[in-house]
Amino acid sequence: MRQFFVFARKEFYHIFRDRRTLLILFGMPIVQVIIFGFAITNEIKNADIAVLDQSKDHYSARLIQKLTAGSYFRIDRNLQTPKTIEAAFREGRIKMAVVIPPRFGQDFFHLRKAQVQLLADAGDPNTATTLVNYARAIIGNYQQELNGPAALPLTINTTVRMQYNPALKSVFLFVPGVMTLILLLVSAMMTSITIAREKELGTMEILLVSPLPPHLIVMGKVVPYIVLSFINALVILAMGVWIFGMPVKGSVVLLLAECVLFVLTSLGLGILISTVTDKQQTAMMASMMGLLMPTVLLSGFIFPVESMPKPLQWLSNIMPAKWFIIILKDIMLKGSGLREVWPQTLLLTGMTIFFIVLSIRKFKIRLS
Amino acid sequence: MQTPIVVQEVHKNFGEVKALRDISFTVNEGELFGLIGPDGAGKSTLFRILTTLLLADKGKATVNGLDVVKDYKAIRKIVGYMPGRFSLYQDLTVQENLDFFATIFNTTVKENYGLIEEIYVQIAPFKDRPAGKLSGGMKQKLALCCALVHKPTVLFLDEPTTGVDPVSRKEFWEMLQRLRQKGIAILVSTPYMDEAILCGRVALIQNGALLKIDTPQQITREFSKPLWAVKAKQMYRLIQDLRSFEDTDSCYAFGEYLHLTLKHGEADVDKLRAYLQPKGHEQFDMVPITAGIEDCFMELMKSEKQQ
Repeated sequence: MRQFFVFARKEFYHIFRDRRTLLILFGMPIVQVIIFGFAITNEIKNADIAVLDQSKDHYSARLIQKLTAGSYFRIDRNLQTPKTIEAAFREGRIKMAVVIPPRFGQDFFHLRKAQVQLLADAGDPNTATTLVNYARAIIGNYQQELNGPAALPLTINTTVRMQYNPALKSVFLFVPGVMTLILLLVSAMMTSITIAREKELGTMEILLVSPLPPHLIVMGKVVPYIVLSFINALVILAMGVWIFGMPVKGSVVLLLAECVLFVLTSLGLGILISTVTDKQQTAMMASMMGLLMPTVLLSGFIFPVESMPKPLQWLSNIMPAKWFIIILKDIMLKGSGLREVWPQTLLLTGMTIFFIVLSIRKFKIRLS
Repeated sequence: MQTPIVVQEVHKNFGEVKALRDISFTVNEGELFGLIGPDGAGKSTLFRILTTLLLADKGKATVNGLDVVKDYKAIRKIVGYMPGRFSLYQDLTVQENLDFFATIFNTTVKENYGLIEEIYVQIAPFKDRPAGKLSGGMKQKLALCCALVHKPTVLFLDEPTTGVDPVSRKEFWEMLQRLRQKGIAILVSTPYMDEAILCGRVALIQNGALLKIDTPQQITREFSKPLWAVKAKQMYRLIQDLRSFEDTDSCYAFGEYLHLTLKHGEADVDKLRAYLQPKGHEQFDMVPITAGIEDCFMELMKSEKQQ
């Protein structure tokens, strides 16, 4: 037991004396969460628009006020003539232009029909569609407001409510995703590198020619990373909750227990990689290409699994990350308990046991 | 008491390369056994087989009576091993390294301090320095300390003096002598032939095969040919001239002299002098000497190559 303790302490020395390792361990999670949380979002926030109000009556002014009331749109400029629209788009600042024709209010009340033209910069089709939909919704609301409660002729209104993430905040997807990535990176990549380093520097040779049993060598190397990964998970969760307002509806204890489970899965993968590589470079490349890339692409973190071709959907099933992301989202957003997420949990547990048993069996007690 | 090291007809191939061929020798209790050979001769491979890190293709080896394949766990508890490459943690201090290796061998520095004291006092002034920042000699002393800290019965030192300055090398060998006197069997390898004379017995290894096993004294005694040390002002021209002389048997540079043997011994001396006369070598000097261990090795390696 003392051997194990001293071994783990040695591992902490390695980590804390290497500035690069420290940076990867603690700098990267924070930076990634912030980048994904703030910068890379596909939600609409303060999109710049231009307004060409040719009517300039009470109703058009109200409409513009409605558009800018939320935090979705911000008026960059007011245009005077239709000709300037093109120029405004070319400048590149505005994403959408709203054109209100002359006699907007009059038409609405007398002809019972009025037009508003929305021009969007479809150079970025996703953003354009989203912007137009948002604007339409706002205009629709305004129309109802003007019509009053006596809405005749009868119309059917569809009310869409986005369940669990009503504001469509992409951060709710990114926090579980980034957490998964970081845990995978720290646990799998760092452990495979640290074991490969012992081989590369020749210290593994001495460790093998010592009474230390192999499983103790691996445990001593791995346990410090379990601790650090867990701290990372806590940091990311805390940032998600306090900076991005991510809810944790389910049990925090269950959430953390699932984190530990996923850390173990990743460690198993990391040890497995380290048993087949003996260079730090190779270990890093193997974890990057073999783990991170498929995880980013296939776990449903960025691209929805449902819209992938069938073979890729099957392939995504063997990604531990996919199941972990599902568990995280269910617990945090839906408030699910173990009763709902047990199939995924069982699957992850199975994978973990498989990886750890396989890597212990593959761990070499000799040099070749 | 079991014989510390017994090696019987060990073979090892790496693909097509024959790393070891038919190696057999024994190292007795309290013996300092030297394995002398150039780089790539197979020394490290042999060490790794004996320290249970590699499996031999053929043959049998025991350490303290324990089989290197079957009883590898038991062997790992009783041997001290210092690999050819510096294999300590460079980012850990001297003290941390020592404590670490003491702990993984289930002991403490205090418990066996008597054994390492002499070596340790030399590195003690640097005990808070990271091992990576030590000089070559200091690194090897620390590595020796780490290999000794659990009081091994057999010590394997793979090229411990490579890359170490001459003074530290001398000190290092003195330490080995004292360890030997304490009853530890030591197998040490070195590419430096001058260190062979410091061993109890030596084995010369080349291209994976042992050429000779004997005491250094016996090996030098067996050198039968007359030997001369030759010197002149322009050494490079002299060595060229001597090597092109038809009756030259061998000619190697040893420090400031060339060591020369002739095909017909004494009978060729006059002929050689006559051959060199017109070449006009300044400060020419030629004296008969008795062979050192290095001359014997060069001779052995040369005759091996010719076969």
